[in-house]
Amino acid sequence: MSFLRVRRLSAFYGSFQALFDVSLEASEGETVAVIGANGAGKTTCLRAIAGVLPVPAAAVCLAGDPVGGRPAHELVGRGVVMVPEGRRIFPSLTVEENLLVGAYRSRPGPWTLARVYDLFPILAARRRQPGPNLSGGEQQMLAIGRGLMANPRLLLLDEISLGLAPLIVRDLYRALRTIAGEGTTTLVVDQDVSQIMELAQRVYCLRKGAVSLEGRPAELTRARLAAAYFGV
Amino acid sequence: MVAALALAAAISLPAWGDASTMRILVEFIALLVLAQMWNLLAGYAGLVSIGQQAYVGLGGYALIVLADDFGANPFLAVPLAGLVTAALALPTAAIVFRFRGGYFAVGTWAIAEVYRLLIANTAALGRGSGRTLKAVFPLTRESREVTTYLLALAVGVAALVGVYLVLRSRHGLGLMAIRDSEPGSETLGIDVFRTKLAVYVAVAFGTGVTGALVYLNLLRISPDAAFSINWTAYPIFIAVIGGLGTLEGPLVGAALFFLVREGLSDHGAWYMILLGSLAVGVMLVYPHGLWGLVTSRWDVRLFPVQRRVRLDGGGADP
Amino acid sequence: MPWVDTVLQGLLLGGLYALFATGLSLIFGVMRIVNLAHGDLSILAAFLAVVAVETLGLGAFAALVLVVPLMAALGYGLQMLVLNRLLGRGILPPILVTFGLSIIVQNTLLEIFSADSRRLDPGGIETASVSLGGQLAVGWFPLITLAVAVAILAGLQLLIGRLSLGRAFRATSDDQETAELMGIDNRRLYGLAMALSLAIVAVAGVFLGIRTTFTFASGPDRLLFAFEAVIIGGLGSLWGTLVGGAVLGIAQTVGARVSPGWGILTGHLVFLAVLLLRPQGLFAKARRVA
Repeated sequence: MSFLRVRRLSAFYGSFQALFDVSLEASEGETVAVIGANGAGKTTCLRAIAGVLPVPAAAVCLAGDPVGGRPAHELVGRGVVMVPEGRRIFPSLTVEENLLVGAYRSRPGPWTLARVYDLFPILAARRRQPGPNLSGGEQQMLAIGRGLMANPRLLLLDEISLGLAPLIVRDLYRALRTIAGEGTTTLVVDQDVSQIMELAQRVYCLRKGAVSLEGRPAELTRARLAAAYFGV
Repeated sequence: MVAALALAAAISLPAWGDASTMRILVEFIALLVLAQMWNLLAGYAGLVSIGQQAYVGLGGYALIVLADDFGANPFLAVPLAGLVTAALALPTAAIVFRFRGGYFAVGTWAIAEVYRLLIANTAALGRGSGRTLKAVFPLTRESREVTTYLLALAVGVAALVGVYLVLRSRHGLGLMAIRDSEPGSETLGIDVFRTKLAVYVAVAFGTGVTGALVYLNLLRISPDAAFSINWTAYPIFIAVIGGLGTLEGPLVGAALFFLVREGLSDHGAWYMILLGSLAVGVMLVYPHGLWGLVTSRWDVRLFPVQRRVRLDGGGADP
Repeated sequence: MPWVDTVLQGLLLGGLYALFATGLSLIFGVMRIVNLAHGDLSILAAFLAVVAVETLGLGAFAALVLVVPLMAALGYGLQMLVLNRLLGRGILPPILVTFGLSIIVQNTLLEIFSADSRRLDPGGIETASVSLGGQLAVGWFPLITLAVAVAILAGLQLLIGRLSLGRAFRATSDDQETAELMGIDNRRLYGLAMALSLAIVAVAGVFLGIRTTFTFASGPDRLLFAFEAVIIGGLGSLWGTLVGGAVLGIAQTVGARVSPGWGILTGHLVFLAVLLLRPQGLFAKARRVA
């Protein structure tokens, strides 16, 4: 049985339809990539799963439980944790406080402050500094670490490479590999297709709010990807 | 059509009505105008003031000073008092415009208190016991009452027409744009600060005129009465219950207000509790007020303003 | 040295003002709401204490044990049932609703307790004083008030700075949407903040009632003084609120000494002066203006 099952998900912003009958699946421990051009609906998809957007209950199932439309804070309690687009570090909090607030729900699990500092040593060095003092890449690490502190069963990562240098992106993905190695089911949305293809076991491509392609990275040729991505 | 009939009836009232009816109508008009003014300020310009009593009091005192101390004709002194009030609104705005939102509201209240205390400590203005308007003594009681009433009618109509015209004008559009989105309207070239200031001063003028009118009617002024929070509370409740952001709302609200007051006139505190609860209830459950209820059922509009505003910030529809 | 005494009295009065101010600024910091019923709710607490004293024979301080939890529960209920329904609707609704509440509370108190002025009797302590040497003496009660104010401020500072709930407050204040992604239910959080605010304001109200007489109409002035203390001290700084309260208190006592009718007015004028000359307040830390 899939751990995460999204079934015929349609989502709206007011009267604007952003997703059209999107279906996707992730098995427990799997890393799934969702790629697509700007405006394809990737972030909307994540937000619907995370509980930020109102959707029908049956549209999103977690380990068989219909959880669609439940508020985000409730889903965190069930282990659905989103690392939002744009980092969204809390400016009034220090690095360490940002991490601690991630553990607000005190979910049991392997991730502790110490382990997050192990994964991202730079954060340990800057633990008492205000969040905004960090560079873009460091803030992204902080955002990911903050998400980990909630001990997620399903980790949703939205556009983590946005605005970052390739070297830093490589570091981030190395960390993601470690996280995935722990057995956390991960859903990654990113524009940097190359990194994501090396990481994921399964890929979905979205175009104009609908799934245009799905499969295992090894099976997908560049040509097919480009076609699904751009619609040419 | 209905309006014309009502107006005709109102103008002819002195011929067939009695003095107490006229006095009540003056009060009604005063509250109605105050509600319209507050509605313009809060419902359109987005400036939520709970200190409008400052201008009621200033208008009242300006009337007495102009009429008694400077010998102005007491009836002419009413609009003059409005001008004085508007002039004082400028430095007041310089202070309160440093705030926004809830703190702006409390700031306006603080200023009203300052005015009250300053006047209550000034001997020439009668200190805590206040003053009486003496300039009307030479007139017969009847002619004073009738003239006051007609003046009130004129003020009421002028206020209604004035607000209507402002809202239909370019400035009115600008106002509603600011209300919906300040940054957005700035990019469109609307000078947000000046527009807000203009509205604030214009409302102060209207409120000051009304204050002068009230005390022309009552003849006796004191700081506690003139600067009472009720001069803000009543208009707010009227505007909210009637329907914020519409022209007809205050009319409906004022009518309800008077009905409730006549019904509960012996139970002073209860009618405030009822009105307050109604206002809170309206904000919670049906923010468009009574008039909103009417327009949602039957698409009536007494004063069509080109754009109809919605309170949930959802933008305007033509 | 009558002036030293006056200043001292003002300083101690500032402690009480700081208590009022703290509840107000807590709510504004977390939720961006100005609770216009703030003062009236403190007077409600004072009247509740009167009821506790008269019907249960409790001492004034003992009444706190009943009144504070009651007001905290009231705050939680108020937020959850009324104010939370206004979320996301802009600045107008909370202002109007809390204003309406202010009027409702005042008039309800008038109906139930009439216009008589009341006072809480703490059993002698309000007249006891301690000598500070020379001709200076301060009352025990104002000292206790200041001490309680400092203690509550310190406790609040600790909560906000060190505890999980305080972090949640700050995070929600920063970015309510992202805070939700941390598992923070902002509705419940706001309820807790309001409960805390009303608990503090209940203490302030009871202490006020011990210190001086009060009526159903005493609320609005409390709100004004709280507001002025917050602005003078500077937004975002709890200790600044204490200083703001002290400055306001001193201005009022000094002004009253010069001329009895000028006490409160002097406070207002000092507030205006700070607003004009140093609008961010004396200790501003906040990144936003009100």
